[in-house]
Amino acid sequence: MPFIPHTEADVQEMLAAIGAGDIETLFDEIPANLRAGKLAGVPVGMNEQEISRLMLERAELDGRPLCFMGAGAYDHHIPAAVWEITTRGEFYSAYTPYQAEASQGTLQLIYEFQTMMAGLTGLDVSNASLYDGASGLAEATLMAIRANRKSKSHRVLVPTTVHPHYRKTARTIVHNQGIELVELPYCPQGGNTLLEALEPYAGQDIAALVIQQPNFFGILEDVDALTDWAHAQGALVIGVANPTALALLKPPGRWGSNGADIACGEGQPLGVPLMSGGPYFGYMCCKLDLVRQMPGRIVGRTLDRDGREGFTLTLQAREQHIRRSKATSNICTNQGLLVTAATIYMSLLGAEGLRRVALACHDNTRKLVAALTANDCVQPVFNRPCFHEVPLRLTLPADGIVRSLHAHNILPGYLLSKEYPELADTLLVCATEMRTDADIATYAEHLNRAIGAQSAAGCPVQPKMA
Amino acid sequence: MSNIPVELKYAKTHEWARQNDDGSVTVGITDNAQDQLGDMVYIEVPEKGQTVLAQEACAVVESVKAASDVYSPVTGAVVEVNESLAESPETVNQDAYGAGWLFRVQPSDAGELDGLMDGDTYAGFLEDEAH
Repeated sequence: MPFIPHTEADVQEMLAAIGAGDIETLFDEIPANLRAGKLAGVPVGMNEQEISRLMLERAELDGRPLCFMGAGAYDHHIPAAVWEITTRGEFYSAYTPYQAEASQGTLQLIYEFQTMMAGLTGLDVSNASLYDGASGLAEATLMAIRANRKSKSHRVLVPTTVHPHYRKTARTIVHNQGIELVELPYCPQGGNTLLEALEPYAGQDIAALVIQQPNFFGILEDVDALTDWAHAQGALVIGVANPTALALLKPPGRWGSNGADIACGEGQPLGVPLMSGGPYFGYMCCKLDLVRQMPGRIVGRTLDRDGREGFTLTLQAREQHIRRSKATSNICTNQGLLVTAATIYMSLLGAEGLRRVALACHDNTRKLVAALTANDCVQPVFNRPCFHEVPLRLTLPADGIVRSLHAHNILPGYLLSKEYPELADTLLVCATEMRTDADIATYAEHLNRAIGAQSAAGCPVQPKMA
Repeated sequence: MSNIPVELKYAKTHEWARQNDDGSVTVGITDNAQDQLGDMVYIEVPEKGQTVLAQEACAVVESVKAASDVYSPVTGAVVEVNESLAESPETVNQDAYGAGWLFRVQPSDAGELDGLMDGDTYAGFLEDEAH
């Protein structure tokens, strides 16, 4: 099938049929003062050779550093078969097909994806994916407001241990709808969200509580206590979870006595390369009784009239092509290609394989922390258990150290002071299953040397001699 | 020709209203509406105790074809909702004027009912809509 929508001849024929001179006249009814005119800064089109070269040059800007950074996107091993299969012609379309039921293979794949995500999260249903983890939280927030009919408020509690980018994205998307995201402080010792931080809201009308597990600091939240507190207040619980971690941790559907109501998160760890920051994909799962409030597409398994198994889009009456402005969401697509990769990734690893990846990440991060904190100038910030990320505080200015490590092609972690000013000179470090003992030793060695050099140059921890 | 009981009142948005002896008003969708929508798969009724405004969407009927809003014909407080529709939405198809009722409102102004159509007017309205 040629992916050329219409030729110049097709266009002319269609214009002639409706009696329009050119495409521009179709937009005559838009007043001139509402038009953007020419888009400055948008370059002219490029051919394949030119665009390939541009993309290669851009990709090379990332270099190939030894990556100890996570903060929401993780450097995992992707079996070669994942993208070999994903880029087969039969799958290689980034879109949910418009004539959906004609593409049974794609629908079956999405159905398998949904089944695996529902299994990982311990919830009843999954959609076919969302744009990314951050927009997933925004959609989950809107969904919780719609679904919690007991609550008249438009307030959602969001701990500051939730990924800062997710919080910003959610705020951008929901604030014009009169929804208030109330931020909760974290425990300075544990790096987690305490019930004490929730208590001021006891008895108030709260639509939902967001809980990220592991949280942005990599720390494990006491999800059972937080979930039960929220449910006791009549609030829904939105769990934001790293899918790799779910292979080890209690799934959101089993948090507390009744389980989280909605789970969402970033799907990138499941077979999607870092790719300079995207595209990634978001996932969303929920309890069955909320399914009609869930945005996005859902594939169901059914029988055709001859009794043969088939796959079909279901619950479409909630979607915007039918429900128009009253649709559950203006999400109108999913991240089909990335979901294809994730589905193949999960099916190749299996539950046991994913669990081993999660364990290896946890082990390596513990080794990394032990190796780095052997230097007295590097200290853990929090005392609570972690999954595969940990904040480490340097007792001297981090900027120079980070620069020095960059110069040795090491990505030493995420500087938390950008988002958390109180966590100055603190690196959020991560070691996935990709990092070997030798990698960890390399990081420690260069870090020690950088600290040594900076200390000699006048480290603030050294007393100044008169 | 769809079934239009003469004793009921009708809204242009295809709801029926029945005034009960206690002054409350029972609301559902008409036989014509259920027929147009097709097999019901989900009914979302308002919350008991909720205040609804006349001509304001307060319920959703979802069929295999579409999800449609249901508008309250009168302003008032919802005193009862048809809980059984959660389990058996097809009741709306089978008995739109009886067991398929959606909710019951205690109107703040019973006079509002006079603004609705009677059965004959609604039948004429359907005819005009069809043409």
